[in-house]
Amino acid sequence: MQSTTAETVRTGLSRRGRWGLGEIAFWLVAAATLFFLPERHLILNEIAIIGLFALSLDLILGYAGIVSLGHAAFFGLGAYVAGILAKNGITDPLAGLVVAAIASAILGFVTSFLVLRGSDLTKLMVTLGVALVLGELANQMSWLTGGADGLQGISMGPILGLFEFDIFGTVAYAYSLVVTFVLFVLARRIVVSPFGLSLRSIRDNPLRARAVGIPVNRRLVAVYTLAAAYAGVAGGLLAQTTQFVSLDVLAFHRSADVMLVLVIGGVGYLYGGLIGAVVFKVLQDVLSAWTPQYWQFWIGLILVLLVLAGRERLTDKARFAVKRFFGRFKAQRTDAMPTTSAREI
Amino acid sequence: MLTILFDGIAYGMLLFVLACGLAVTLGLMNFVNLAHGAFAMAGGYVTAVLMNRFGVPFLLTLPLAFAVPAIIGLVLERTLYKQLYARSHLDQVLFSIGLVFMAVAAVDYTMGSQQQMIQIPTWLQGRVEILGIQVGLYRSFIIAVCGVLVVALQFVLTRTRFGSRLRAAVDDPRVARGLGINVSVIFATTFAVGSGLAGLGGALGAEILGLDPTFPLKFMIYFLIVVTVGGTTSITGPFLGSLLLGIADVAGKYYVPSLGAFVIYTLMIVVLVLRPQGLFARAR
Amino acid sequence: MLRRTLLSAVGATAAMLALSGVAMAQETVKIGLILPMTGPFASTGRQIEAAAKLYMQQKGDTVAGKKIQLIVKDDTGTADVTKRLAQELIVNDKIAVMAGFGLTPLALAPAPLATQAKVPEVVMAAATSTITEASPFIVRTSFTLPQATVPMADWAAQNGLKKVATLVSDYGPGIDAEKAFTAAFTAKGGQVENLRVPLANPDFSPFLQKVADAKPDALFVFVPSGIGAQFMKQFVERGLDKSGIKLIGPGDVTDDDLLNNMGDVALGAITTQHYSADHDSAENKAFVEAFKKANNGMRPNFMAVGGYDGMHLIYEGLKKTNGEGGQALVDAMKGMSWTSPRGPVSIDPQTRDIVQNIYVRKVERKNGELYNVEFATIPNVKDPVKAAKSN
Repeated sequence: MQSTTAETVRTGLSRRGRWGLGEIAFWLVAAATLFFLPERHLILNEIAIIGLFALSLDLILGYAGIVSLGHAAFFGLGAYVAGILAKNGITDPLAGLVVAAIASAILGFVTSFLVLRGSDLTKLMVTLGVALVLGELANQMSWLTGGADGLQGISMGPILGLFEFDIFGTVAYAYSLVVTFVLFVLARRIVVSPFGLSLRSIRDNPLRARAVGIPVNRRLVAVYTLAAAYAGVAGGLLAQTTQFVSLDVLAFHRSADVMLVLVIGGVGYLYGGLIGAVVFKVLQDVLSAWTPQYWQFWIGLILVLLVLAGRERLTDKARFAVKRFFGRFKAQRTDAMPTTSAREI
Repeated sequence: MLTILFDGIAYGMLLFVLACGLAVTLGLMNFVNLAHGAFAMAGGYVTAVLMNRFGVPFLLTLPLAFAVPAIIGLVLERTLYKQLYARSHLDQVLFSIGLVFMAVAAVDYTMGSQQQMIQIPTWLQGRVEILGIQVGLYRSFIIAVCGVLVVALQFVLTRTRFGSRLRAAVDDPRVARGLGINVSVIFATTFAVGSGLAGLGGALGAEILGLDPTFPLKFMIYFLIVVTVGGTTSITGPFLGSLLLGIADVAGKYYVPSLGAFVIYTLMIVVLVLRPQGLFARAR
Repeated sequence: MLRRTLLSAVGATAAMLALSGVAMAQETVKIGLILPMTGPFASTGRQIEAAAKLYMQQKGDTVAGKKIQLIVKDDTGTADVTKRLAQELIVNDKIAVMAGFGLTPLALAPAPLATQAKVPEVVMAAATSTITEASPFIVRTSFTLPQATVPMADWAAQNGLKKVATLVSDYGPGIDAEKAFTAAFTAKGGQVENLRVPLANPDFSPFLQKVADAKPDALFVFVPSGIGAQFMKQFVERGLDKSGIKLIGPGDVTDDDLLNNMGDVALGAITTQHYSADHDSAENKAFVEAFKKANNGMRPNFMAVGGYDGMHLIYEGLKKTNGEGGQALVDAMKGMSWTSPRGPVSIDPQTRDIVQNIYVRKVERKNGELYNVEFATIPNVKDPVKAAKSN
């Protein structure tokens, strides 16, 4: 019995680990935009970065059930670390990203202990508080961060010593897209691993998870640290590709926006953040070009209608349709999996 | 020293007036209504428009600043909010943030993006000296209004039939319905009152905090801090919480100005780490 | 096969792009106006947009035989968005000039782009001194904070104020104002006590209490203009005006846009700035009247005049270069002088910053409305920070 359950889980995981046609198509389209939409590379770069940021929020919110209104803390720290490094002569982009990831991971590790207890509301407010304190610190330490004027004088070296950032944003977009893709693949590996499975069982029922011997707190700390590192990379990308960092990387609206992006795209599903980023940014761009003053009204209206129409239902339906189209979705769910598994990757 | 204490209390009371409506909707009805600030803004604008365009005296505008947002709240509750009680918190966040965006842009469109000012009556301006303490009249007024509100809310919630029905409806709507309690009427009333209180807070706060279309976003954080620090299960919790935050904030900024910006956030984090349910909540 | 289609598609797109770029460049000159149109600084954006549109309406949309097209973009007050929008405008719309920029970081973020793409950047609002040093393509038509602040210190010293407390918002421009005032005032033998207020701070009571305890002759204040009204009210509520503390500062606290609604609390505040809607000149009267008419009675403030003059500078520059942008346009702008609604102004050819009169004003009631009434003029003030550097 024991061994057959383990067996089912293993095959289930490995089946889920396989790439579907829809997924491959998604990344092919993303790669194609590098060639077909030269005018849009700047906003696509932003979309890729926000997508990665939302993906990182999804790791904790969607897979581990930790809500956060302060995810910008890690994003902002990453941005400042990458920016300050570049300003002080370490201009290699990849090195900057690594350091940004490490710095954010450390912050994530330290603050993770604050979010282990309490209700959703408590977690929201504690994370928010951390981000606000960090924002105020960045404002006060203007000798290091440039304060409210922003961090100027960042100049990046070429990526791998080969590709210089250009004014069309093509290299920047390619860079952000590749980094996002690599981290996505890694995240995908993680969520279909036993580790990812244990996270989901913690999310669904922490008490039962503890009872079957999952080290709940250790797992949560680990995923929170990982998500922080991801957010740090996203922030680092923003700093490097825009070559400017200002206090608003830590602002509340950054955390709120990424939450919106993720929720629009779908929580607990790695593509959610990416799709949400595309939808949100394109909408914002189109609407604000049309009415620079009042575009927020229409975004608000869309959000309200989205919720009323049933966000879950809509995204589920779309996903179902896509999966059926590619013939991958078959009613073969194994009972050893958490019941929400149909929309997990 | 005592003046600082007084200012802190007045500031805390102001926070409470603004946040108590949220304490009702979030704390009692368990609905994450981030659009709370939009109702407060509506109340503020009612007062500002009535005073500046029609010359209505300040005190007379206050009942309307309560009534108009309450009616808006009622209408929205009946049409939209009621569909979302059973939904996840994330849905509620998304929905109410959408409402905030719409409110911000709509007010901007109709009223313009600049600050709105109101002129409080002369008898509320200035200061008097009581027992050697300089006391601002308007701040005393806010404290008085707030005191009345706390007593009234506490009375309604704990001593009246409505209060017990509300608590029953919140704890278990199905059973409450089975007992013949009209849950949807109770929720609608409560929501309307919560929105009205927000409006009243907005009208009272406009003088000190200012009023412009970004009001709901600017002060959202403060409302949430008060409610979470105080705890969401009672009305006294947020009340004591806002007093604590007000006094700590004012005193912190007076005595250690260089760290002034950190006081309120740090206090919140410390409180929530030590008591995740809020300072004054009974453990459930 | 696929590869070939792909290649030809790319080629076609590129050709189309190049073609459209050329065709555009001959007929229209595009100006990208990037402003915070939503968010807490929306009123800055509105004032500037209204002024720029008014200018185009008055002067027509043809300059040197070319059509002027204004593209307004909302950067929500976020620096990376400003930078992206500027880059898109340069790359896709092939703008000749970018203009606007409501806050210091928003003006600094696209500065490297201006240098790289040789697109002039006309700063219409942001006021930190260093901005024009960030790129040789930046020209400013607003003001610098030290420019408005140092005359205040001089005035205070000349008028017998000995001890002044400063109260500024704790961020870049606030600290700039504090430093400029403190240095200038102590140099004249005055005594200064500094206080800083967090930017997000709804209640000024602890800080005002500190001021009351210190009992200075005057309180020098700089807070962003939207918060100024709140500050004034709380200042009076605390009775500081009656205890003989004068309220002085750069003109942001008595912003024309809001001043009339502040009520009597603002009366008597003394400020130094480059523009008042009450400025007594034919140009200004015409400007104020046209602005109010076009905007539902809204009074123009110092942001609006920055936008109006910015457009004037661009128009005149383009006339000189015959519609050519780039380095030629910046060169044409250098040294240009004209009579603005605020009085005579010129662009300093060395620093590309504006040289203008600074007026000392006092809030008074005039024809039933509150105005900053000018009562003294300090002519042709250059940015003191850069002036000190070049000496």
